[in-house]
Amino acid sequence: MYSFKEKSIKIIFTILAFVSLFFLLGIIFVLFKESVPVISEINLIKFLFGKYWYPTHEPAEFGILPLILASFWVTLGALIVCAPLGISVALYINEIASPKQKQILKPLIEILAGIPSIIFGFFGMLVIAPLIQKTFNISTGLCTLTASLVLGIMATPTVASLSEDALSFVPKSFKEASYALGANRWQTLLKVVIPAAGSGISTSVILGMSRIVGETMTVLMVSGGAAVIPKSFFDPVRPMTSTIAAEMGESAVGSIHYHSLFAIGLILFLTTLIFNAAAEIISKKHRLKLGIDR
Amino acid sequence: MPIENDIRIKAEDVNFYYGNTRAIKNLNIDFYTNKVTSFIGPSGCGKSTFIRLLNKMNELVPNTRVEGSIYLDGKDILAKKVDVVKIRRKVGMVFQKPNPFPKTIYQNIAYGLEINGERNKKKISEDVEQALIKAALWHEVKDRLHDNALRLSGGQQQRLCIARCLAVNPEVILFDEPCASLDPISTNKIEELILDLKKQYTIVIVTHNMQQAARVSDFTAFMYLGELIEFAQTSKIFTVPKEKQTESYLSGKFG
Amino acid sequence: MKNKIIEKLGFAFITLGVLISLIFLFAIICFIASKGLKAISWEFLTSVPKNAMTAGGIAPAIVGTFYLTIAAIIFALPLGLASAIYLNEYSPKSFVVNVIRMSVNNLAGVPSVIFGLFGLAVFVKFLGFGVSIISGSLTLGILILPGIISASQEALMAVPNSIREASLALGATKWQTIKNTVVPAAIPGIMTGVILSIGRAAGETAPILFTAATFYKRGYPDSIFSEVMALPYHIYALMTEGTKPEKQIFIAYGCSLVLLAAVLLISAAAIFLRNKYRSEYAN
Repeated sequence: MYSFKEKSIKIIFTILAFVSLFFLLGIIFVLFKESVPVISEINLIKFLFGKYWYPTHEPAEFGILPLILASFWVTLGALIVCAPLGISVALYINEIASPKQKQILKPLIEILAGIPSIIFGFFGMLVIAPLIQKTFNISTGLCTLTASLVLGIMATPTVASLSEDALSFVPKSFKEASYALGANRWQTLLKVVIPAAGSGISTSVILGMSRIVGETMTVLMVSGGAAVIPKSFFDPVRPMTSTIAAEMGESAVGSIHYHSLFAIGLILFLTTLIFNAAAEIISKKHRLKLGIDR
Repeated sequence: MPIENDIRIKAEDVNFYYGNTRAIKNLNIDFYTNKVTSFIGPSGCGKSTFIRLLNKMNELVPNTRVEGSIYLDGKDILAKKVDVVKIRRKVGMVFQKPNPFPKTIYQNIAYGLEINGERNKKKISEDVEQALIKAALWHEVKDRLHDNALRLSGGQQQRLCIARCLAVNPEVILFDEPCASLDPISTNKIEELILDLKKQYTIVIVTHNMQQAARVSDFTAFMYLGELIEFAQTSKIFTVPKEKQTESYLSGKFG
Repeated sequence: MKNKIIEKLGFAFITLGVLISLIFLFAIICFIASKGLKAISWEFLTSVPKNAMTAGGIAPAIVGTFYLTIAAIIFALPLGLASAIYLNEYSPKSFVVNVIRMSVNNLAGVPSVIFGLFGLAVFVKFLGFGVSIISGSLTLGILILPGIISASQEALMAVPNSIREASLALGATKWQTIKNTVVPAAIPGIMTGVILSIGRAAGETAPILFTAATFYKRGYPDSIFSEVMALPYHIYALMTEGTKPEKQIFIAYGCSLVLLAAVLLISAAAIFLRNKYRSEYAN
């Protein structure tokens, strides 16, 4: 029915379209393949729950619990910063801002979301860390708290931008119905808009979290780098990402250290995969609920 | 009625489905060479759906199915092996909303020539001029051929779309409610144009407007709920309709 | 009355959140601008580093970032555009398309350091490109691929269907329609995606950490197989390596300002362009 040329073109495009899947599978394959020696030589339980990370000592220890906990605490702390701030910005843009403010704020937030993470790390190292050190009178400002704060600020535009999208999906008719019943703007916001956009907002927070867990350069510069289980928010830590970034250069290719860094990468990858999948499922339900196709 | 030889397109037992819904039911109709045939009927009756079968545009709609035969010059265009591209070059179409490409006026018309393999610049520019003259647009745009087509008025855009269609030399032209989004003056111009074009082309037009059908067409088909209720010479159908439903539609009882 | 007070308080609370966010973000920009401007001069931008990174300019890092970014785009744009064309123009709604969509989404969520690991294992080691421009830009290319696909898809989707129908009704084949009508109409949208990706690729550090970047290189790269200096990595290196931190920090300020200004200007241009284009289509 169609000519040969048309058919071949379609086939070429079909093949090229699989490139994303190809790379995704490639990443999974590489991470697994390079992690295998960890399981055979260290044993998984010891690797995941070992309390000591001394990759270059004699004898070396490869327990990544301190790194996992570091990532966990830093992420949690950052979340406490970025969720309220990001959602405030989104609510402001959607509900309070005048059309003119909206016109400026929306693109501004998007532009700020593009500030490279290295810049945040740089700023955190030179400004936030000394500030934290002085305020709390601690030995070093490069600690969990600083990392959380800087990462939280960094993720705020992302969360704001995505939440704003979710809010703008809420049909106008919902709001109008509420106003017509005599509710004021705050009541409408609290009782109608936020519940309707709720799952969209949680999606944006999850995606922000995913970005924070995977963030490398900032934590590498401001988290302090000590691979010990943190006891308080003032302890220096070494999250998973910064461990990979800092140590990959020093580890010999093919050594157990090298492979365990890939294994950390695998765990990181699976973590973000779970976050992203959760975000996708929630947002799909959300759209169904609001009757939006696509 | 004209003699059998003048039949340009012949549709036999055509059925069309959107998913499980049958939108066209056992439709049989003939279209005559150099005549204007109009389709009237309430919205949703299947008239647009039907004419989109004549150049196989419905193929683009997912989840649809067609049965029956439509013969163009004796060949069944609904057959599986038919090259849609060839059909569409023979059967041109003008849409409800003017849809010029976001290009210049000149490029809009040259487009059809270029995709047909015309490389000669001089020939293209002659053909562009010819098409614009035929579409009665030349005098209005000859000094600004390289302006963006989207800057033209709605009526001019629609005539540009007609010119674009004429440039590829079709034999049949389908008009799908061509004046639906136009003002009365532009509508008038398009109607004059259609009457002029029938000297060279076989024309099928879907319209919502009964007066328009009466003014421009030689034959009129009345459709209702996917069925062809009545088909006759326009003068007859508007004066002495045979069917009750046609009569009540024409007298404004529904639709 | 009570309701009114609650409303006021609630809105004040939200506004406070906005102010905190904006003050923080602008503090960063102002801090880097004020400190960085002192370091920047024509010489700083155009000369090579001197005296073990304690003096001289950052020209090789600017050039390196430029090479890495452009090569990444050259790699990712054709692939991304082709994927988007398939997804938007050719694909019937099917299982395959869902799989591709899902992999695009997931690829977009992979942490940048993981791309670095992938690049290290595949381009640097397995394919033997070594630490080089090509390894780094291929890695960055994969990183920006999902963004290019999404932006191109959005741009293609914004092209009204009536234009496709017009072209097909004239007897154009599907490919002629895509090539001559749909893609040209989508070019402004695709370009914004490309520009945003340039900004993204220029600012990323982790993916080039093990695949392309070096702290110091004598002179400029001479082939795609040589390692390069790059702006973001240079900032990191100046802050964490070397022997004279007080002198290096001065250069780091300048370097940060160059990177920040470049990235902000690029993304501002892209976003401005996109919004203008979007509103044009809305009319």
